[in-house]
Amino acid sequence: MNILKENFRTTMLRFGLVGSIVALYLAAVGMIETFAPRMLIGTSITLGHVFLLLAAVGSGFFSARELKEHSLGITATAGFISGAVSSLFLVILTFVIQFFVIQADQGSIFKLREMFVNFSPTLLEFLTFGKGLILGNILLIGLFGIMGVLGASFSFLPKRIRKGWINGLAWVFGIGLFSENVGQIFREFNGTSLNKLLFTGKSLNPIAALLIFAIVFAAGYYGVKTATNNKWKTFSPDQQKQGRLIFTVLGILFLVALPWMVGLFLSQALFIIGMYVMMGLGLNIVVGYAGLLDLGYVAFFAFGAYTMGILTSTGELGRVGFSFWAALPFAVLAGVLWGLLLGFPVLRMRGDYLAIVTLGFGEIIRIMALSNWLAPLGGGAQGILHIPQPELFGLVLDSPQLMYYLVVLGALLAAFVTIRLRDSRLGRQWMAMREDEDVAEAMGINLVQTKLLAFSMGAAFSSLAGAIFAARIGNIFPHSFNILISMNAISLIIVGGLGSIPGVIVGAIILIGLPEMLREFAEYRLLMYGFLLIIMMIAKPEGFWPEKRRRQELKDERDRQLASQTAELEN
Amino acid sequence: MLQQFLDRFSLTDFLLKIFQIVAIIILVVGVFKSLGADKYTSGQWVTLIFAGLAQGSIYALIALGYTLVYGILLMINFAHGDIYMAGAFTTVFLANSFAASGFLASSPFLAVLILILFAAGVSMVLNVIVERVAYRPLRGAPRLVPLITAIGASFAIEYSFRGFYGAEFHSYPLIPALNGLNYNIAGFSVPSVQIVVLVAALILMVALYYFIEKTKIGKAMRAVSEDKEVARLMGIDVDKTIMITFAVGGALAGAAGVFNGLFRPQGVFFFMGFIPGIKAFTAAVLGGIGNIPGAMFGGLFLGILEAVGPNLILEGLGIPAVNQLRDAFAFSLLVIILIFRPQGIFGEKLSEKKA
Repeated sequence: MNILKENFRTTMLRFGLVGSIVALYLAAVGMIETFAPRMLIGTSITLGHVFLLLAAVGSGFFSARELKEHSLGITATAGFISGAVSSLFLVILTFVIQFFVIQADQGSIFKLREMFVNFSPTLLEFLTFGKGLILGNILLIGLFGIMGVLGASFSFLPKRIRKGWINGLAWVFGIGLFSENVGQIFREFNGTSLNKLLFTGKSLNPIAALLIFAIVFAAGYYGVKTATNNKWKTFSPDQQKQGRLIFTVLGILFLVALPWMVGLFLSQALFIIGMYVMMGLGLNIVVGYAGLLDLGYVAFFAFGAYTMGILTSTGELGRVGFSFWAALPFAVLAGVLWGLLLGFPVLRMRGDYLAIVTLGFGEIIRIMALSNWLAPLGGGAQGILHIPQPELFGLVLDSPQLMYYLVVLGALLAAFVTIRLRDSRLGRQWMAMREDEDVAEAMGINLVQTKLLAFSMGAAFSSLAGAIFAARIGNIFPHSFNILISMNAISLIIVGGLGSIPGVIVGAIILIGLPEMLREFAEYRLLMYGFLLIIMMIAKPEGFWPEKRRRQELKDERDRQLASQTAELEN
Repeated sequence: MLQQFLDRFSLTDFLLKIFQIVAIIILVVGVFKSLGADKYTSGQWVTLIFAGLAQGSIYALIALGYTLVYGILLMINFAHGDIYMAGAFTTVFLANSFAASGFLASSPFLAVLILILFAAGVSMVLNVIVERVAYRPLRGAPRLVPLITAIGASFAIEYSFRGFYGAEFHSYPLIPALNGLNYNIAGFSVPSVQIVVLVAALILMVALYYFIEKTKIGKAMRAVSEDKEVARLMGIDVDKTIMITFAVGGALAGAAGVFNGLFRPQGVFFFMGFIPGIKAFTAAVLGGIGNIPGAMFGGLFLGILEAVGPNLILEGLGIPAVNQLRDAFAFSLLVIILIFRPQGIFGEKLSEKKA
């Protein structure tokens, strides 16, 4: 019994302290304060609250999971206590802000606020709910404890209720978060009445929130999803085939109608997502299929954009004044040639060296584009101005909605080419090379040819995206082509699942689309990518939507491990 | 004869040879033309070389962190440049309050020593945390996996510090005792800051060398880098040794951050570690990655090459504003070394798997 108690206490303390560190980190990095003005439900629950309480929910959940076999009362208490413990550092922080920032000695040499820019009186106000130091802290601790119980509830509720409970919360949170975008879509449909029903100002109104929760909870509780799946299975194969056809047609119609449903702002976001899908599919060939980690992918994007700029610009630097369509093949060709040229010297390198060298290439290209040396060609820091927009049968594609079609066509082309390549002899060669270069070579695969083809195919899609990008924004500057573009592309294919085509699309929507829609997150975008990459690699290295073959490989691996473990246990 | 030749002939080797020859021709022509133009006096060259040495000693300290970790785990700690940033960025606030209180003016030696220890401590703790959170769970994973987490860690650190301390540029205070003072070496005057940085960095490097070669922990580190399994059998705590390696590498990077602040006070911000990180990696590769004296030499060598190279080689080719291309020059050097001599100048010939 004593041992049990000991275990109980350390579990709660451990997760509570970890939660506490996370909460302090979120406060110090400025997320809580940045998100505080963003209302989710009514005027009382903000995105800041959600982030603030995330730590408590997490620590409650993990300690409850650790103590699963105990009774409901014990797990709930554990959740409460570890949630309350996770407010510890924030409570200390409130006193620190009170005494070292607000009441700071004006003449003191070291000013805390100059170092930690986010430890502000506003943060203190938010943390103590404007109720003063003592009452505010008691409220804070209590709220953290309750949130700990909420976290624990994800673990101790019976499965059927839990599903509805989690889904309901997620839906309310999601609709509240995207209220601006959802509201915009309703407005496009002239649905102002629906808008008024759901939202007050920019936030979800509490009654609507309860309603959404109730609907989703009921759907989860009565298992609508499984029922639909079961119904689907009762159809004959022919009917299923027809059903799929109908869904495909609906999907295409949806893609066509999408930009007109969501309005100008979201169309621009869709355009950017489409561009990154194109780039991601290209990079997926290089990294996902051929296993060559390329961190300088932005170089090809830049080549595409600059070729387009030089060939079509009506400004000083435009040499020939081609139209968009005449210049497009040249832009792609330039990308392919540079892919071969840069791919060639790195043929002998593997793995991590390759990554660093390609990173170096990307930086070299950017510095060259910035320099005075190449300024007569690419404009140096001033860039290339006045790139005309594409024109199709007399129609100038000057709005994001029209450019969206171009980019979707490009992405569909990229997806088609990638699928055909994957299933071809070349695709199998790439994957063989990814698994083991030496064995692949022994099997008669020409490594030079295979690698160069991977580089140039990847470069082609990137430069295509670059060319379309240049035509869309009209003026290009070297600063637009920095390492962060490579990082976006590499993160999205890793998060989606290396080598998986739907994965690229999912990754682009999550990593590129969400920050475009939620401007509050823009500042913390790369911070989140960083953590996402670490967490994905540790917890889910195959990505959110893994490639079928890889999923199989990983599953087999797991089965084998399980089998060997049971064998060990039996011995 | 011809048949034999054709059998051995490989297009890749041939083209790489041509690439190599072209690079050498560019180098020779550039040097001759630059020296022929007689644009700079010997005093100016000496100034460039000493500035290069001071900068190079900073690269060398960062490069040691790469080399130590690579030697043991065979992974590139991509976040190492940001570890350096963390030390430099955190310490800038302490340094400024030292300057405001007059402590830096009254006892500069002690003040700088405290700053160095503080920065080393910050970087050390951060590097150990990164190892624990991002790399330890992935021991034995395919080699690209820890590299990807390292890239993630790099961005997480950069943008965390942007969140903590803001996105503005900060600068280190000037040290009154060193400001504007020049040493006279063989008739050429050299800023004293550069000498101080160089000497202090050399002392740290010698200390590290003795730590690795003579102490018991150093012996454990060498054993782990030879063979982890056998080291474990000999009773060495491998995880702890790896942690110490990260701690030592981090501390050196933090110290380098303060040296950089003395030498170039401006430009302290959250992204400051990215370019020095890649350059220090270049230095580590230049000296043969995994090789400790190699990293020291590689850093100094890279510093000089980078300081002198653009003026010596590129200017002769008629390229305007060569200083803009300094970083591109260093990165090109990285590419060329990795293509033609991936084992570095002193590196043992690594097997292909390792390189």
